[in-house]
Amino acid sequence: MDNTWPLWEVFIRSKNGLSHKHVGSLHAADEDMAIENARDVYTRRQEGVSIWVVESKHISASNPSKSEELYDPAKNKIYRHPTFYDIPDEVGHM
Amino acid sequence: MIEKDLNQIFQDRIDADDRIEARDWMPEKYRQTLIRQISQHAHSEVVGMLPEANWISRAPSLRRKVALLAKVQDEAGHGLYLYSAAETLGAKRSDLLQQLIDGTAKYSSIFNYPTLTWADIGAIGWLVDGAAIMNQVMLCRTSYGPYARAMVRICKEESFHQRQGYEIMIALSQGSEEQKAMAQDALNRWWWPSLMMFGPNDAESKHTAQSMAWRIKRKTNDELRQAFVDSSISQIEYLGLTAPDKDLKWNEERGHYDFGAIDWDEFWQVVKGHGPCNKERIAARRKAQEEGKWVQEAAMAYAAKRKQRAQDQQTRVA
Repeated sequence: MDNTWPLWEVFIRSKNGLSHKHVGSLHAADEDMAIENARDVYTRRQEGVSIWVVESKHISASNPSKSEELYDPAKNKIYRHPTFYDIPDEVGHM
Repeated sequence: MIEKDLNQIFQDRIDADDRIEARDWMPEKYRQTLIRQISQHAHSEVVGMLPEANWISRAPSLRRKVALLAKVQDEAGHGLYLYSAAETLGAKRSDLLQQLIDGTAKYSSIFNYPTLTWADIGAIGWLVDGAAIMNQVMLCRTSYGPYARAMVRICKEESFHQRQGYEIMIALSQGSEEQKAMAQDALNRWWWPSLMMFGPNDAESKHTAQSMAWRIKRKTNDELRQAFVDSSISQIEYLGLTAPDKDLKWNEERGHYDFGAIDWDEFWQVVKGHGPCNKERIAARRKAQEEGKWVQEAAMAYAAKRKQRAQDQQTRVA
């Protein structure tokens, strides 16, 4: 039997008001141990107020070789940005 | 796309200072070079705990003891950040650990020297961590994203290691004659091995040219070694100690310190396993792994049982 503990991805909220951010991964037997290990490995200097762990196998990622077809269509849609529209200076800040 | 085009696109990205991420296409040799380098780095952090742990129970005060304990715990953490970076490249943690104990993977030779006195703990924090920082600051900008991010975390933590080491050296060098002699002795024994930490001279280094082209490294071994010597001399002078090198002197023309020849025979002896503590270090790692095996198995069995119980309960409720 393979007794290697599964791999977990760790996300930390550095302070309330901010999103959780990916910080790395670790091995643990279950989710409780993953959170305890994440506390020891990634927050030894109060780097966080909240921890998320998710088993790495549950993460789906986009394929980097398809980045052109995924992201390029947004490139020529400059009308989605506020600076595309001309507003006279007299109107003031908008 | 043919392999040649992919290689060119990859090199263009490197040259444009883009970062490579885990799922991006990369040359197989880039991947293998990184797995080798990152896992060696991880092993060094882990084996590096051993010479220092030797003094935790004998630290001269509670202040020194909590600091050393925290430093050793950091080294464990650094090992874990790095193993996890290596795993993003498809390496398996269990394989990497196996390579360490069967001797097919290397770790930094410096940890094959013994810690004979308390002053060695000062010298290690100051010089060995100091030399490591030179290398790691450069690696914060390495081309592989996950490795660079691990390095940023590590560098933030290393600075305390070097300062606590230097503080120990200050206390000893301002103490009794005996303590001062202990500090000088530690400097004598750790100085040259610290300079060897940067690896062979550039002309002899078989990996440097390719690693520079791939921007895995951004400075050569000799450049880093020179920067380390230059930054250490005033620190040695402040302590009132003397570097064990009669050829050490300021070179006005170069704007750097000249230093004596390194004993590369000693370096290669230690790399090949004939240093004072190679066998002891590997034996300690093997013992930890073998005696810890049951914990790994028990935790998995417990996790499986808990999962089963939760499922049974759900079935009953349903």
